[in-house]
Amino acid sequence: MRLTCPLCGPRDRREFYYYGSEDYLQRPGPDAGPEAWDDHLHLRDNIAGEVRDLWYHETGCSQWLIVTRNTVTHEILSTELVADRKKKGVRA
Amino acid sequence: MRYSGWKVITQGLLGNKGWTPAWRDPAPKAEYDAIIIGGGGHGLSTAYYLAKNHGLRNIAVLEKGYLGGGNVGRNTTIVRANYFLKGNSEFYSHSLKLWEGLEAELNYNVMHSQRGLINLFHSDGQRDAFARRGNMMINQGDDAILLDREGVREHLPYLDFEQTRFPIYGGLLHPRGGSARHDAVAWGYARGADRLGVDLIQNCEVTGIDVEGGKVVGVQTSRGAIKAKKVGIVVAGRSSQVAAMAGMRLPIESHILQAFVTEGLKPVIHHVVSFGMGHFYISQSDKGGLVFGGDLDFYASYAARGNLPMVEHVMEAGMTLMPMIGRAKVLRSWGGIMDMSPDGSPIIDKTHIDGLYLDCGWNYGGFKAVPASGWCMAHLMATDTPHEVARRFRLDRFRTGHLLDEEGTGSQHNLH
Repeated sequence: MRLTCPLCGPRDRREFYYYGSEDYLQRPGPDAGPEAWDDHLHLRDNIAGEVRDLWYHETGCSQWLIVTRNTVTHEILSTELVADRKKKGVRA
Repeated sequence: MRYSGWKVITQGLLGNKGWTPAWRDPAPKAEYDAIIIGGGGHGLSTAYYLAKNHGLRNIAVLEKGYLGGGNVGRNTTIVRANYFLKGNSEFYSHSLKLWEGLEAELNYNVMHSQRGLINLFHSDGQRDAFARRGNMMINQGDDAILLDREGVREHLPYLDFEQTRFPIYGGLLHPRGGSARHDAVAWGYARGADRLGVDLIQNCEVTGIDVEGGKVVGVQTSRGAIKAKKVGIVVAGRSSQVAAMAGMRLPIESHILQAFVTEGLKPVIHHVVSFGMGHFYISQSDKGGLVFGGDLDFYASYAARGNLPMVEHVMEAGMTLMPMIGRAKVLRSWGGIMDMSPDGSPIIDKTHIDGLYLDCGWNYGGFKAVPASGWCMAHLMATDTPHEVARRFRLDRFRTGHLLDEEGTGSQHNLH
């Protein structure tokens, strides 16, 4: 499996650290309560098919990536920088 | 048909023409008292104990493929009771006791072999941790012996003791640990359940769960609608999809775990051995193949196959620990879909829907739990109260903070 880093180009999977679902970007406020934190930390859609998750280019450019991929085929569909998404004003 | 040595001899003399199928192949009835979704190890043992311990007879197991075709038929078959935390240790202790009587209970040879499990350690800190774990195991009533380096050498002379990078300081020996024949466990429970009247329905995929007024009333399947008073979801890596049919979102992420087996060799590895400086565990099957595995691939996946970096890592760990296995040829590898929970411990609990029960979150330790998981899930479904040894496997523990994080690695699904 290879991921295309928007900055570094196509790179081996071993250069990346997998964190988990993009749900982790929607961090609740400190007073949001146990339901919101449970949802954020633990509950997952866990889709068999197309998902978006967070990968860190650990041995490359040290950027966080949002990777759209298929969990059934391991096909990588697209990658974007979390930083770019923030610039565009999407809540992250 | 009851199996016995006498049967083997007489059937051998009569050309083996008198054997009958081990279970029936019934069509689904219109209604059952209880339905188990999932015909793997845990689902089949749940059905068996519902019938055996609780007297239910009108039960069906619905399996979308064939019985035992999932993780129970593809795993590294390690059976042990070496858990540390209260909540886990009494459960796995109960499971090991059930394993010890399983062949007599089921009249089926599950090839349970208590050959001893040795977890190696490679530093003073690890020795302290294993000494503490061993004490917890003894407190639970199970067995543990702390071996020093020479003690390990007596058991495992073939390890690379002289290496400077990961010197072997010793190991924690769990003499009652061992392995079993994976398929046979599923087949033994299937046959046992069938003999108690349970309908085992294969090629029957559940496509919907019917709920009326907050109560489960049945399921939709590829073979028609079936009514049921109680439904248990026991589907491992597919738990999120099946629970979603009832509108639930689970604390589960499905991950890939690879394992490997070599060509058959003469007996060379007599125990189950795990490396303490890299995730690697190995045993030798009765057929002679070396069966070994390592860590998850670490990314969420339903592909049922892994990628090469983890293959390389597992092979490197094996070669570091026991260079002799470099001569063996790997025959095949496979990847299973693991239902990873955020604290590495399972869930056996009711849901917010009356009559709907959940058994999942086995991470990659589900095989040894097959007997006790079924025992406790059956108890829960029959009595609506959790079994004593599984009472901490609650679905809401992530929200309330009563986690069972055996390894203390945090709330990320792939870290356990």
